[in-house]
Amino acid sequence: MEIDLPFIWAGLIAFSVLAYVVLDGFDLGVGMLFPFYRKKEERDVVMNTVAPIWDGNETWLVLGGGGLLAVFPLAYSVVLTALYAPLIVMLLALVFRGVAFEFRWRTKRAKFLWDWSFSGGSLVATLAQGVALGALVQGIEVEGRAYGGGWWDWLTPFSVLTGFALVLGYTLLGACWLVMKTEGAIQAKARAFAWYTGSATLLAIGLVSMITPFLNPAYLARWIAWPTVLFSIVVPLMVLVCVYRLFLGLERGSDRQPFFAAQGMFVLSFIGLGISFYPYMVPPSLTIWDVAAPDRSLGFLLVGTLFLLPLILGYTAYAYWVFRGKVRVGEGYH
Amino acid sequence: MFLGYEALDLARFQFAFTVSAHIFFPAFTIGLASFLAVLEALWLKTRDDAYMKVFDYWKTIFAVTFGMGVVSGIVMAYQFGTNWSVFSDKAGPVIGPLMGYEVLSAFFLEAGFLGIMLFGLDRVGPRLHFLATAVVAVGTLLSAFWILSANSWMHTPAGFEMNEAGQFVPADWWAVVFNPSFPYRFVHMVLAAYLTTAFVVGAVGGWHLLREPANRGARIMFSMAMWMALITAPAQVIVGDLHGLNTLEHQPAKIAAMEGHYETRRGAPLILFGIPDDAAETVHAEVSIPKLGSYILTHRWDGEVKGLKEWPPADRPSAELIFWTFRIMVAIGFAMAVIGLWGGLARLRGRLYEARWLMRALVLMGPSGFLAVLCGWITTEVGRQPWTVYGLLRTADSVSPIAAPAVGASLIGFMVVYLAVFGAGTFYIIRLMGKSPDTPEDIGILGPTRSAGITPVAGLLDRLIRSG
Ligand code: HDD
Ligand code: HEM
Ligand code: HEM
Repeated sequence: MEIDLPFIWAGLIAFSVLAYVVLDGFDLGVGMLFPFYRKKEERDVVMNTVAPIWDGNETWLVLGGGGLLAVFPLAYSVVLTALYAPLIVMLLALVFRGVAFEFRWRTKRAKFLWDWSFSGGSLVATLAQGVALGALVQGIEVEGRAYGGGWWDWLTPFSVLTGFALVLGYTLLGACWLVMKTEGAIQAKARAFAWYTGSATLLAIGLVSMITPFLNPAYLARWIAWPTVLFSIVVPLMVLVCVYRLFLGLERGSDRQPFFAAQGMFVLSFIGLGISFYPYMVPPSLTIWDVAAPDRSLGFLLVGTLFLLPLILGYTAYAYWVFRGKVRVGEGYH
Repeated sequence: MFLGYEALDLARFQFAFTVSAHIFFPAFTIGLASFLAVLEALWLKTRDDAYMKVFDYWKTIFAVTFGMGVVSGIVMAYQFGTNWSVFSDKAGPVIGPLMGYEVLSAFFLEAGFLGIMLFGLDRVGPRLHFLATAVVAVGTLLSAFWILSANSWMHTPAGFEMNEAGQFVPADWWAVVFNPSFPYRFVHMVLAAYLTTAFVVGAVGGWHLLREPANRGARIMFSMAMWMALITAPAQVIVGDLHGLNTLEHQPAKIAAMEGHYETRRGAPLILFGIPDDAAETVHAEVSIPKLGSYILTHRWDGEVKGLKEWPPADRPSAELIFWTFRIMVAIGFAMAVIGLWGGLARLRGRLYEARWLMRALVLMGPSGFLAVLCGWITTEVGRQPWTVYGLLRTADSVSPIAAPAVGASLIGFMVVYLAVFGAGTFYIIRLMGKSPDTPEDIGILGPTRSAGITPVAGLLDRLIRSG
């Protein structure tokens, strides 16, 4: 039997996008919650919960982009052109956010500027990611081997909705992360945020899920056809289970449960999205096989990936383990 | 059109601007990462705290630079798709996997261990911490390996076929990765990064030695930098020459433009100065040494050297810029070699730490590595024009179907943001370099790099807040 390399790679790319969302999501969320902490010591702690790991988290975004170029070059070129504006905005926002980790310690007078750059950059980057996602779900017009649509196609009520939904969702992840990594007043505040954003995220997921099937007949067919209809029942149910665990964990004062429950919501939503998409890479016209690079490219990169990816997951886990535990005021890396 | 420019010109300028901004940071971090690893190894071996102080001093600077390298690099990874989508579609199957390997083998490695290197000494202990530092250094070199392989393939494509969709498809990966110009470019760039770092470190050491001749940390910096310059600067001149000869074989038009040769000649002169004029196809106000050009390029006094007129105008690179950038790079290369030898001589006489003129020269030359790197890249890339994949895919056929206003607006965005943000970063770095390496309270305390317990943080923080 022939190995279906494009299929395997679609799975790997999906995995790295998911890894990005799971890892950088809370990291951006922490940035968005940052302005709500007013005291200097609190801000230091909040930032330090992510300072040693943010770079690794963001590398998944590079893998998503670089990987796409390597294995689905046509998708890379069509999607990145179509989403030109939101992506450029995201990149610029990530510049502001990324440098703040170091710059803010280098100055006293201009510290407030880098505080703004950290939280503003996180917010704008998230919004842009959400808008880009919404625009992709909606579908991208293709002509020949290039993007065929207009310059503002990405901006629609739906993409704005997904933009805000992602802001809520990442903030939820950030709040739960802070619940896990901090204590005292910082944690109490984070817990309150988790309540609000948890409810709001649930609402947003519901809204987006209800609209999505009607954007594209293929999505709708997928959701009501046998056997995929099973997923249409199971996935939302499992989301509800996660929401229940989230609120239960918050109620009982658990440190970790809210974080993992909130991540569960994201993973499930992502799976739901995957079900709608498959087998398209650029809905509604290009499938995984249309955009794939030749097998020789896919094979060459796959050999190394199968070896390197477990290694990466291993040492990433190690880095998280080194920085395990609570980050306390006045303690830690400073 | 946007302010009178076509989308193509704007896309080119945007790429040139963002990648030029980016290369400043790798040029420094590649060398600095290795320097830090050596410092920590020396500390582990001797347990002399002076090394640790120097390590902390540069670690803080490294962290700031690295952060800027990361954010400007992420922009690059997406630029290929946003601005050069046709190129991405066509060349993606070949250069994409190379960049994929860069992410998998280098970026994750750097990012994963950077946190431990910056914040983890107390948590993992000195030995594992050293390992983290060394791994970060290896990561930067691996990153250079893959990205330069991708870039070199665009200059000297090899090991590929074309498919029906007009894409380049790999036929022989070994030939792709080790394409003809890659070994030269890799060695030349790594040496360039080491030299850039050596001159910055040497300049900072020299600056402080001029003020405090007994400063131990500054002596370590100065001495180590001078060793580095002594070894790598002459090596760079030789490697650069070999690189040029290789380019002559594969991209003779680029060499013709660099040398300012429009006519094909036997016994061609070496043009030292002059003003190349592409329209008139001549060099004005030329100052040259007869026959030397032929000798350098062919190693024979009457060897034939091709001029730009060999190629139809549509296939020629412009000589007007790279004639100069090439000369600036080479001049800096020779100046660095002279300084390296000067330092070696002073050391031989046992007067390295009294060589005040040498220190002044180093302070002056501190930023020269960056200038040489930038000039080198401009020579290489502009000399490749009008092609993206040399001889096969034209730049004009590589650009995305984007509207000029979209590129123009994003170009302005990049310029404003980069100038503001990286300008601030450069300012902070220079300020960090202004602090004396021997006053412990100045080191690292300002930042997240010093762990609690080693110094009475709270009191020092207070002082700093008042002073900074
Ligand atoms: C000779 C070396 C060299 C060259 C020519 C380039 N880079 Fe670079 N790049 C590095 C050497 C490097 C590095 C040393 O590995 C950096 C610098 C600081 C850092 O974080 O890693 C880096 C960072 C870096 C990052 C961030 C990695 C992270 O998240 O940690 C990306 C995405 C890129 N680069 C991409 C590019 C692209 C697309 C280039 C081509 C146009 C490019 N770089 C040229
Ligand atoms: C990092 C240092 C680099 C610098 C300073 C640099 C500089 C430049 C400059 C000045 C241009 C514009 C040339 C012109 O339009 O006349 C350019 C174009 C380009 N370079 Fe580089 N370059 C660098 C590295 C790379 C690398 C590593 C790659 C690929 C892996 C690359 C790929 C390209 C592409 C695709 C273009 C656009 C098309 C073109 O104009 O040729 N460059 N670069
Ligand atoms: C006498 C000394 C030198 C000679 C003869 C020399 C020669 C060359 C040549 C011929 C190229 C273009 C190769 C091509 O495009 O195919 C080049 C590129 C370059 N040079 Fe130099 N060089 C010298 C010194 C330096 C120094 C001192 C630095 C930096 C500190 C430097 C950094 C670079 C860089 C970054 C590039 C672009 C990347 C590449 O193509 O390797 N060079 N050099």
